[in-house]
Amino acid sequence: MAEKRVLELALATPGVDAAGNPARLPLVVETPRTAEPELDTDHMLINIGPQHPATHGVLRLVVELDGEVVVRVIPHIGYLHSGFEKLGEYRHYNQIIPLTDRTDYLSAPANNVAFALAAEQLMGIEITERCTVLRVIACELSRIISHLVWAGTTAIDIGAFTVFLWMFQERERAYNLIEEWTGARLTTSLTRVGGLMADVPDGWTGRLKEWCAKFPKTLDEVDRMLLRNGIWLGRTQDVGVMTAAEAIDYSLSGPMLRASGVAFDVRKDHPYLDYDSYDFEVPVGQHGDVYDRYLVRMEEMRQSVRILEQALARLPDGPINAADARVILPPKRRLMSDMESMIHHFKQVMEGVPAPAGEVYVPVENPKGELGTYLVSDGTAKPVRWRIRPPSFLNIAALPKMAEGHLLSDLIAINASVDIVMGEIDR
Amino acid sequence: MSGGAAENPSVAALRSRFGAAVERGAVQLGATVVWVARERAHEILAWLRDDADQRYDYLIDVTAVEYRDRERPLELVYQLRSLPRGLMLRVKVDLAKDRPLEVDSVVDLWRGADWLEREVWDMFGIRFRGHPDLRRILMWENYAEGHPLRKDFPLRGRFSRSEQVRRALGADLRAHYSMEELSIAEAYDALPADVRERLSPDGPAGR
Repeated sequence: MAEKRVLELALATPGVDAAGNPARLPLVVETPRTAEPELDTDHMLINIGPQHPATHGVLRLVVELDGEVVVRVIPHIGYLHSGFEKLGEYRHYNQIIPLTDRTDYLSAPANNVAFALAAEQLMGIEITERCTVLRVIACELSRIISHLVWAGTTAIDIGAFTVFLWMFQERERAYNLIEEWTGARLTTSLTRVGGLMADVPDGWTGRLKEWCAKFPKTLDEVDRMLLRNGIWLGRTQDVGVMTAAEAIDYSLSGPMLRASGVAFDVRKDHPYLDYDSYDFEVPVGQHGDVYDRYLVRMEEMRQSVRILEQALARLPDGPINAADARVILPPKRRLMSDMESMIHHFKQVMEGVPAPAGEVYVPVENPKGELGTYLVSDGTAKPVRWRIRPPSFLNIAALPKMAEGHLLSDLIAINASVDIVMGEIDR
Repeated sequence: MSGGAAENPSVAALRSRFGAAVERGAVQLGATVVWVARERAHEILAWLRDDADQRYDYLIDVTAVEYRDRERPLELVYQLRSLPRGLMLRVKVDLAKDRPLEVDSVVDLWRGADWLEREVWDMFGIRFRGHPDLRRILMWENYAEGHPLRKDFPLRGRFSRSEQVRRALGADLRAHYSMEELSIAEAYDALPADVRERLSPDGPAGR
């Protein structure tokens, strides 16, 4: 269990009063964590959501309350179910990429990359160096965007409105960069099997570098507001604790797993792209509470900035698409003058690209946790099965375990700390 | 399809310990897949989790695959990871379509399997014996069109759009609560008889 971290509020700026005694007030918000004496009351059933600002999407929680204490939480999901996995069985590999945008819509570029990696592994395609580095940039940029939304919305749930504004301002700047690159802010469809939909525009890397230099200042300012804020500590420390063993048992992943003290990060443990050649740290918590999840995600954003800077420094010139006529459409100029190119183009678009029979499971470290893509092919151009291993789905499944016994207001803080996206949970 | 990668040593260990219950092993694009008999799947998965040389302590995913070839059995797929050993193993269970689609639940081994197995039940209609709460999860409780990820399920659903709308509008709002939840509020007894019947375990609530 977490030891209580004690904080004091200075009542006078030199820290001592006229008599020379420390003029301080202990600032530990003690919230009762146990039920009041049994008053023989009926348990109450309340329904939170699916339309509720604190459920972060169309999550519905049926909560059994004893006074203000949560006895039982029964989550209901599926309100955003769109049958993506079923749809995928009827589409060519490249046609699935727009669907991946809409799963975890806060980190669409990272989903695009995850799917493209799996399809490329299935088809045995090598991507170019420039494409690899640009994909790392896309993944880390979306990690920052996703964590910014998490920090903003969690803070607003707990009552700190300013953080929301500061974080969303930075998110807008990051989205401007994404928009310049892909033409879209949320539904980016950035990747293609074997490459990318577009190279970055002229001067883009310079603008990203500028943003990387300025952005950590906002993180420092938010830390200054929250890190030792008495209200924040009281609302987050020792709330929603998951031990390391429990986190593994519940198959948690990403920041949720690491905040509980399990040092597992797909980027380090099963490296993909060229992550094994970057210099970055994986922050790990000790207590597994809401506060540690906050610390872990804030540090992850700083580490992502480090990766972005290294990626910008090494970004090589060259093509973004693999030189593989099976999957990459010929350039438009050749298409209009060369018969063979036109045939290639026609066949790729109309018939799709067949993948050899086989199957592949590719995990990537998404902002929410381990996003796995499991593709099964029977040799045709459409997958037999496209399974998304959704990190939010497994993380939110542990919500009853985390919230039961806490106050109703803590349930909101715990739910916020999980960082869910319903698009991905319901798919 | 076996690539250059070596087979995960766990397969040899499984073979020597469980013999014929380990049906076959293969290396698929660098990842090891092992098929086990459905009757002993739970026992084998428990051993993989607990044996001091295996230690597959992390359940990544549970899902199922149905092939377009109707003769092929359904496959139940467990993706396991050993965090201390940094290894992954894919365990499959073949489920022939001429027998009831049933396997033992692994929720007692990994709590993370709870929702994953519910999703497999919801989407494929595979029952998990011993699951504490095997309800539909993505579809609603009295969804009556079957199991969407089965290959005989049409992309647009079994019912016409007008029938789907009619059912959605005709649904009693109280049917959005499960039996368990209604019992908390002692509201079950107050329900109209038809809703009670629809919610009861023997009723037509999509089963």
